[in-house]
Amino acid sequence: MRRARLAWMAAGMFCLAAPAFAVDDPSEMLPDARQEQRAEAIGAQLRCLVCQNESIEDSSADLARDLRHVVREHVAKGESDQQIIDWMTRRYGEFIRLKPRLSAATVMLWGMPALALIAGLAIAGAVLLRRPKAVPPLSEEERRRLAELSPSTGND
Amino acid sequence: MSENVTRRRMLMTLPVLAAAGIGAGFWKMLSGMGSGGFDPRAIHTPMLDRPLPDFSLPGLPDQGNGFGAADLRAQTRPVLLNFFASWCIPCVAEMPALREIAAHIPVWGIAYKDKPDNAARFVARDGSPFTRAALDLSGMTAIDWGVTGVPETFLILPGGRIAWHGASELTQRTYETQIAPVVRDAMTQSAVK
Amino acid sequence: MIGPEEGHFALALACVVALAQFVLPLYGASRHDRRLLALAPLLAVSQFIALALSFFCLVWSATHDDFSVQNVADNSAIAKPLLYKITGTWGNHEGSILLWTLILGLCGAAVALFGRGLPAILRARVIAILGGVSAGFQLFCLLTSDPFARVWPAPTDGRGMNPLLQDPGLAFHPPILYTGYVGFAVPFAFAVAALIEGRVDAAWARWVRPWAVAAWSFLTCGIALGSWWSYYVLGWGGYWFWDPVENASLIPWLTGTALVHSSIVVEKREALKIWTVLLAIATFSFSLSGTFLVRSGILNSVHAFANDPARGVFILGLLAVVIGGSLLLFAWRAPALVSGGLFAPFSREGALVLNNILLCSICAVVLTGTMYPPFMQLLFNRTISVGKPFFDAATIPLTIPLLAAMALGTMLPWKRAHARPVLRRLRLAAACAVIALGVACWTLSGLMPILCAVGAVWVIAASLTDLAGRLGLSHFNAAHTLARARSLPRSAFGATLAHIGAGVTVLGLCGMAQAQHAIVEVRPGHTETLGGYQWTLLGVHEAKGPNYTSLIADIAVRRHGRLVTVMHPSKRDFAAQSQTTTEVSIRTNLLWDLYSVIGDRHGAGSAATYVLRLHVNPLAPWMWLGGLIMAIGGFLSLSDRRLRVGAARRTAQVRGVAAE
Repeated sequence: MRRARLAWMAAGMFCLAAPAFAVDDPSEMLPDARQEQRAEAIGAQLRCLVCQNESIEDSSADLARDLRHVVREHVAKGESDQQIIDWMTRRYGEFIRLKPRLSAATVMLWGMPALALIAGLAIAGAVLLRRPKAVPPLSEEERRRLAELSPSTGND
Repeated sequence: MSENVTRRRMLMTLPVLAAAGIGAGFWKMLSGMGSGGFDPRAIHTPMLDRPLPDFSLPGLPDQGNGFGAADLRAQTRPVLLNFFASWCIPCVAEMPALREIAAHIPVWGIAYKDKPDNAARFVARDGSPFTRAALDLSGMTAIDWGVTGVPETFLILPGGRIAWHGASELTQRTYETQIAPVVRDAMTQSAVK
Repeated sequence: MIGPEEGHFALALACVVALAQFVLPLYGASRHDRRLLALAPLLAVSQFIALALSFFCLVWSATHDDFSVQNVADNSAIAKPLLYKITGTWGNHEGSILLWTLILGLCGAAVALFGRGLPAILRARVIAILGGVSAGFQLFCLLTSDPFARVWPAPTDGRGMNPLLQDPGLAFHPPILYTGYVGFAVPFAFAVAALIEGRVDAAWARWVRPWAVAAWSFLTCGIALGSWWSYYVLGWGGYWFWDPVENASLIPWLTGTALVHSSIVVEKREALKIWTVLLAIATFSFSLSGTFLVRSGILNSVHAFANDPARGVFILGLLAVVIGGSLLLFAWRAPALVSGGLFAPFSREGALVLNNILLCSICAVVLTGTMYPPFMQLLFNRTISVGKPFFDAATIPLTIPLLAAMALGTMLPWKRAHARPVLRRLRLAAACAVIALGVACWTLSGLMPILCAVGAVWVIAASLTDLAGRLGLSHFNAAHTLARARSLPRSAFGATLAHIGAGVTVLGLCGMAQAQHAIVEVRPGHTETLGGYQWTLLGVHEAKGPNYTSLIADIAVRRHGRLVTVMHPSKRDFAAQSQTTTEVSIRTNLLWDLYSVIGDRHGAGSAATYVLRLHVNPLAPWMWLGGLIMAIGGFLSLSDRRLRVGAARRTAQVRGVAAE
């Protein structure tokens, strides 16, 4: 199963070995600097499918070069960023988007910053706010236990 | 107070529960990787159950005319569409299996980013498994099909619906266990209709 | 006699000693057996000696070209320079695990040697736990990744000449990074020991903190070095991929940073005890999982390591024992820990709590993002990608409040703060931030880079004001300032420096967001303008290296007609390995980098054209400079007398001498 992709694995290794030229041919670039900048921004959102975690802009793989070319063609045609990303998603699925679309499946992912922050603040708040209640006068029982414990704490 | 302590205890068991959950997940992944049920490098194509994309490609030198989407749609029997290249090692390894599979189901081939002569020679050597072969010189048709690398194979049902996709070297076993059942289902369904 | 067999034997010996180190002191601690307790440091030191011998044997095999050792045959070659023969021993899976356990052994020995001031029972337990972890990984090494495995017949030459790996940055990166990872084993061991003992107090925090700070400093260095390496070796101006391997180092860094801060609260105020114990466990758990899960093949990474699911199962079992065991112990014992220390939300403690919440939130985001794709596939059979655009979008909004709080934190007094005096002291920083906002709006594009840059300036200005205030600079009296500087604890300098470093790094990142580049195909003599510079390709020539031929470009860079520098990017072709590497040429003036790369040649003779990649990267050096400043801050605070591990021992000795 794994070996079946040998040719592409080799390409994948190449990603690390010589990624020096993501865009290795200036003729790939659009003559209009603003369009080229847009194309780069779109390309940075699209995953190189045969490498790992690299965008097509960063990758020197063959397929990435073809996809860069497609992106530039569509930009030149005047399509919007969304249209181009959708075009790619129709062919390669959600996998090609380095920034996953917000959906029921990715709600945990996108919600994590807020969730973590709120959970942290809530726990901290609960602990901080609850604390004062526990402070006021010690009961007889507690005082007795404290007296029992004190010498042992002072021991070492 | 005791309720407080219980809550505290429950809070403190959360980390170990979370770690256990993640660990169990990893264990399933690892055992899946061993048995082939889980491939972290897999890419799922969105093409399944979709009508096939439009294209029209020229043929290989001395291998007859090419074909296009219309030819595939016009078929009354299921067809396997195989993307290959003469420069790809798994494609070479896949050829004998393809020839055997071709006895059960027509296989059409598209040479992906290959030199026309190389592709023609590759196909002709030891007898072509392909009923029809075409050349995708620019690789753009492969992109329309969502192909990430060769070999990749699609099962196309009459009417042009994509019913199965495989992104690795085909074997006789893959055909028997994965493709043939889909074909059978499709044929009985159309017979019922 | 030194050789692979001896190395193998030494490793097995170390493993047995480590097992003894795990069992005997723990038993001794429970029985209060002084003889067993006294054994702990002895075992830790002997384990380290055995490991060092084992590692030395591997290095020896590599330097003596003993290709009957599989590992050497695979990763070394006769023609390899000596330095890379040595560093190559840890450039592969087996060797890196051995290095990993060696550093773990070193940590155990360090606790044994520097921890003489610790209570005997606590020290024995800490050493025992380190021994247990050590034993596990030595077993892993012996059973699944034997670095001394032989191959027969032995090849006449090795196959390990990957030119990309022959780089000083890559050679020294792993030891530093591993020291960071493994260093967190000591706080972990302290946490587990505290759980066994059922007691966490200020003294405990004071013992833990130096270890945490040391590990943190190394990890900071390691991450900065790794990022710098990808910047100058990979050659497209990238410095951080948000790749699982990189995230694996960032996650423990984030929790480690939180740990360094929360342990201050335990030390000063006896609060956040349970949380600090959990952080210590979590940080090492993340270090462990990070280093090892990337080797199991589950997480896809550009940084290829030999993937082997069989090893993965062993690792997972080991992680289950170490992490699961410690967390179970936590669930069982932590509820009994008594916390004390009351404080108002608006106080130094409050700010540190906020710091912890934000750091852990960022950590949660990075962790979720890294783990999401494999779990999505496992649970829902869907393949998705989570990459740089997601991480940027999700982490930066959490970083900005972190920067804002960072400046405030050092200004606040403990227990309860009053807003007015703090605000008064922050006036200067606020003014700087406003100026920075103006400058940023003018020079940067994008809301997030602007906000980050403002936050960074705010942190740096506030840290400097704070330091100035402590030094009494407003009195304009040099003697007075000097006196105060002398009495000011070094840890205060260290903290300020670390905060400044963080600010500098963030500024560097903001600057890099504005990097400009051009890819051009030119003939010699052609001039290209980028970022206000005129780049002229003077010529291209070929040169022969020891085992490669290189294509070297000479690029003159002018500004306003004045020659700034001549750059020589080159491309090396290693024919024997059929590999090419690019040698980036970087010129820096510490404010921005000029960065050039030579690519393919098209055509031949006088008609040949060359592809050049030119970058102007503003503030790029600051990214790593900031990391270095942070690490120096960490080391500086380590040199603080109060933080020094041996402090208690030393005063005790003095007393002892006086008594005699």
